[in-house]
Amino acid sequence: MRRWTRSRWLPVVGVLLVASCATLISLSGCKTIESLGEVGGAVGQATGVMTEEQAKSLGRASKAVAKTFADITPEQEYYIGRAVAATVLKTYKPYQNKKATRYLNLVGQTLAAASDKPETYGGYHFMIMDSDEINAFSAPGGLVFVSRGMLRLCENEDDLAAVLAHEIGHVQHQDGLKAIKSSRLTSALTILAAEGAKSFGGEELAELTDAFEGSIGDITSTMMNSGYARSAERAADESAIVIVKRVGYDPNGLVEMLKEMKKQLKPGGADFAKTHPDPDDRIKDIENIMGRYSAVSVPPVRQKRFERNLKKILITE
Amino acid sequence: MKKFLMVFIFLTVLVSVSRAEELNVQVRTGKLRSRPSFLGKIVATVSYGDAVTVLQEQNEWVEVRRPEGKKGWIHISALTDDEIELSSGDSNAETAASSDELALAGKGFNSDVEAEFKTRNEDIDFTWVDWMEKIIISPEQMEGFLKMGKVNPPRGGGI
Repeated sequence: MRRWTRSRWLPVVGVLLVASCATLISLSGCKTIESLGEVGGAVGQATGVMTEEQAKSLGRASKAVAKTFADITPEQEYYIGRAVAATVLKTYKPYQNKKATRYLNLVGQTLAAASDKPETYGGYHFMIMDSDEINAFSAPGGLVFVSRGMLRLCENEDDLAAVLAHEIGHVQHQDGLKAIKSSRLTSALTILAAEGAKSFGGEELAELTDAFEGSIGDITSTMMNSGYARSAERAADESAIVIVKRVGYDPNGLVEMLKEMKKQLKPGGADFAKTHPDPDDRIKDIENIMGRYSAVSVPPVRQKRFERNLKKILITE
Repeated sequence: MKKFLMVFIFLTVLVSVSRAEELNVQVRTGKLRSRPSFLGKIVATVSYGDAVTVLQEQNEWVEVRRPEGKKGWIHISALTDDEIELSSGDSNAETAASSDELALAGKGFNSDVEAEFKTRNEDIDFTWVDWMEKIIISPEQMEGFLKMGKVNPPRGGGI
């Protein structure tokens, strides 16, 4: 129940702090822990412990520093993800093959259901990018893109599951949202906090859209150019192992796929060569978790459907 | 000091009493399942902003009851203890929150902002994003897919 445990107790702690502040405020102008100030301000004011002005000033102090990606609600994450996905599709055209796309979604959505974040506002959806590059992206909220080049590295369904589970890991850890510069969120949330009405006017909408555009830019440039931190990639690999095991796939698929990637990646390429750690380093980390690699063995019926569904992609033109 | 203590005790009691075991759905459609597993059959759904009562917890799963009595297991990622403010077009809009923090819940980056973003960036096309969002695999299809491929989740898919 860890998702709400922290905030469940916030009002209690907030009250404690506000109560202490109320006692001391006339002496020193109490400064409190910022992340709790907002809640405390509202409670304190409602119960008459603080004056409206004091509550407001406490609230303002917290807002200046307390806003991070964690304040983004799943609904907002969904809209950010949609715009990131649309931006990815400006560069990479979709590969229009219904059979292959449905197969990708059967594997991907099943894996997502078994992850630690199975429920997102708009759900997980997978698409193939019509590109020979070795690449994959996951937009916040669960819109995942995999290139034809990446799919060609997979020799079986378990390898494919590993690729998709790694991307689900990034969604689960909200790595995209973490790439947003905190100044954008501070400005967006300041606009919202300053504006009490239910729908915002033209000026606020324009400012919010500035922050939104900036956020989309932060995420796409991190995802497509600089890449996430090495630690984020390691964490996504760790989650991928957990997820594929829960569903019943062989986690060795991840190593298998990385070995193939090592062979195929061209140094200096604009794809995974640029945005991800060296596959050999990733394999080392993975083997530390799950032991030495042993070859994946797949039942013939699973292998047949993998080849049947991805037939057109697997054959290099 | 005595006065301070009394205020503190009063407020603590007030907060404890008002803390009901009720949570809100924070995803568009949440699934209530027959058992706490991703392969559990869907017995009902809940919508964004719906309040549910917590009955019991098991790892990352919570058994909840909908207001009219229907029960089921839902993953914690679908729930929040923040109040959800619905946009004015939604049926439960009157439940909108009042404090600063709650007001932030339903606002921010939403459909209005997306519309403005689209106006500014005509070269960014959402057609395929809308298309991919329509691909939805049901739990029954997932189960059939795993079975046909001889993919066997350990312990019957429980997490």
